Amino acid sequence: MAILDDLKVTVIDMEVEKTAKLTQKALDDGLEAGEILDGALIPAMDLVGEQYERGEKYVPEMLLSAHAMKGAMKLLRPLLVSSGAKMKGCVVMGTVEGDLHDIGQNLVGMMFEGAGFEVYNLGAEISAEEFVKGVREHEANLVGLSALLTTTMLHMSEVIDALKEAGLRDQVKVMIGGAPVSQEFADEIGADGYAPDAASAVKLAEQLVSHR
Amino acid sequence: MSEIRNGRVLKLLDQRLEDRIIDEAMEVLEKTGVLVENKEGIQLLKNAGMNIIRTMEKGTVFSIKRSLVEDSLKTTPSSIKLYDREGGEEPTLSIGEGNNEIYFDPASTALYVFDYKKKEVRVPKTNDLVDFVKLADALTNIDAQSTAMIPDDVPKDIVDRYRLYVVLRNSNKPVVTGTFTLDGFNVMKDMLVAVRGSEKALQEKPFAIFSVCPSPPLKWSNLTCHDLIECAKAGIPAEFISMPMTGASAPVTLAGAVVQHTAETLSGIVIGQLAKPGAPLIYGGSPTAFDMRKGTTPMGAIETMMIDAAYIQIGRRLGLPTQAYMGLSDAKLPDSQAGLESGIGSVLAALSGVDVVAGPGMLAFESCQSMEKLVIDNEIAGMTKRLVKGIVARTDPLAEDLLHGDIYQGDHFLTSPTTMKWFKDEFFYPGSVIDRDDVDIWGQKGGSTAEERAHEDVEKILASHEPIPLSETVEKELVNVMEKEANKYGLKQLPS
Repeated sequence: MAILDDLKVTVIDMEVEKTAKLTQKALDDGLEAGEILDGALIPAMDLVGEQYERGEKYVPEMLLSAHAMKGAMKLLRPLLVSSGAKMKGCVVMGTVEGDLHDIGQNLVGMMFEGAGFEVYNLGAEISAEEFVKGVREHEANLVGLSALLTTTMLHMSEVIDALKEAGLRDQVKVMIGGAPVSQEFADEIGADGYAPDAASAVKLAEQLVSHR
Repeated sequence: MSEIRNGRVLKLLDQRLEDRIIDEAMEVLEKTGVLVENKEGIQLLKNAGMNIIRTMEKGTVFSIKRSLVEDSLKTTPSSIKLYDREGGEEPTLSIGEGNNEIYFDPASTALYVFDYKKKEVRVPKTNDLVDFVKLADALTNIDAQSTAMIPDDVPKDIVDRYRLYVVLRNSNKPVVTGTFTLDGFNVMKDMLVAVRGSEKALQEKPFAIFSVCPSPPLKWSNLTCHDLIECAKAGIPAEFISMPMTGASAPVTLAGAVVQHTAETLSGIVIGQLAKPGAPLIYGGSPTAFDMRKGTTPMGAIETMMIDAAYIQIGRRLGLPTQAYMGLSDAKLPDSQAGLESGIGSVLAALSGVDVVAGPGMLAFESCQSMEKLVIDNEIAGMTKRLVKGIVARTDPLAEDLLHGDIYQGDHFLTSPTTMKWFKDEFFYPGSVIDRDDVDIWGQKGGSTAEERAHEDVEKILASHEPIPLSETVEKELVNVMEKEANKYGLKQLPS
């Protein structure tokens, strides 16, 4: 459909306002929210992701495309929810207690949004209790933990323990990232996965959620 | 004098841009302000009459007046002397005003080590750090140690002090270190005092520097601010490591990033001088040109080095000792990329007039140490040291042998008195890593690469080098302090 093709192009071209307008127009034209999502937005972001991996797109461009996607999702989400369509996933993410470095996870957060996830980025220095509260409040099915320091990465297992205690561990997949962490560490603390960078974090998240 | 800083000729910023950067940094400090998350730091700025711009959940944003920055600069020492662990008479490093040398220490705090034999990046153990420290102790162009990597075989809560413990036991060279935890500083200070004998003696002859890193943009976290204030009080030199990342945690332009670096560092100088006027501080940094294709922080990017060169210029203009994380590479193993990035960085650092370069050994965005690279970088350091000595009028006339000898009667230069007098001092003679053999001889010796020769050196040095040991009493005291810490965190026995 022409309008979906146009919408795809506006996302790829990082046109934030135009994407929102076209999305609204598509809805006004009678298209279903799910059609717009699957027919334009997600394929557009998949393409952007591929272009990024090939070195054709740069981080700020990818983020702006994600931003455009996010604007469209704002319009679509309520409709998707009321129609009972299955959302891709809801992520609660943050940098664990005592760690001030949150650039990496912000990048991941925006990528998640771009991939169609519902994202609640709690920010830096987030305690285990705050993660639990976030998961409960947003009924998340994915938790993203980030750390940049060897000393703070220890807090990751505290978050996992707190999720267990709160009876939420089975409801969520936990993925971790950041310079000092590794697959080994993820296994050690009982996380469900580890990703070395933003692009692979999205892939991993998609895998984890689809395995549910 | 033409001999002063002969090889220190690079000024990437012209005078007007230099002025503008400083002025704008002052404006940023006054208008945007600095977020301080440490109670004592907040109190110091309040007491100094600085206005609060905003109160946040975890800290306070202060507007810092230009006049306070200028007053703080006046009381900051223009030079610092660092001694060896044993407290020898002559300083090992004499940095800041009047210094013509360039000093090198390994870059710090790697999460990984490159295992040459297995050709893999892995997590280091205590014995890796011990080896690395011994190697740095033996290499003649490496002037100081750093707590170079984070061993994985002790609890993470005590690893900051444990790294220092390992360095102190295995090298006589001064050390650049830092904490990861709030209770780290006091324990580490106790170790330094144990070595020196008293707090006063430590102040008189410091041999350790603590890195303090503001969080970009414009924030002093509780931990770094705490360490800065404690260093100032104890008279231990603190080294500012402002880390703007272009377009990610700082303005995207190089000049904009230098403004942020200047503002962050000046705010640190203010806090340090408010804590104790006269506190020794080093104008350092670790900016990066954030890679917009990969989302990584390359230390070997030319723009990273340009920001470094520019802030070094600002630091020198302000009359302070300078330091930079240069001579690093983002390669994952000691290869051509590692050599070229480290070489370019070290030379630019030298030309910019920096006092101390932290970088040798380091790979992969400051995350991985390599012993082989350390050996190769030792040669880069040697060449760079030669470079800063510059070209000097050694003789008068300059070409003595051309004017006074009789070259057409078969006089040659090889054994002339001038040659005999100067052929050693005028040149830097690298070790065996740098191949200058005739082609055939190189082939006969096995046709090795620089990395292979570096690895041979590593093995040779580790098999033969014996660092100056600590006295028995100091050794005992250090072990006591460390064992107590280890027990506190459930480790019964320290790794040997």
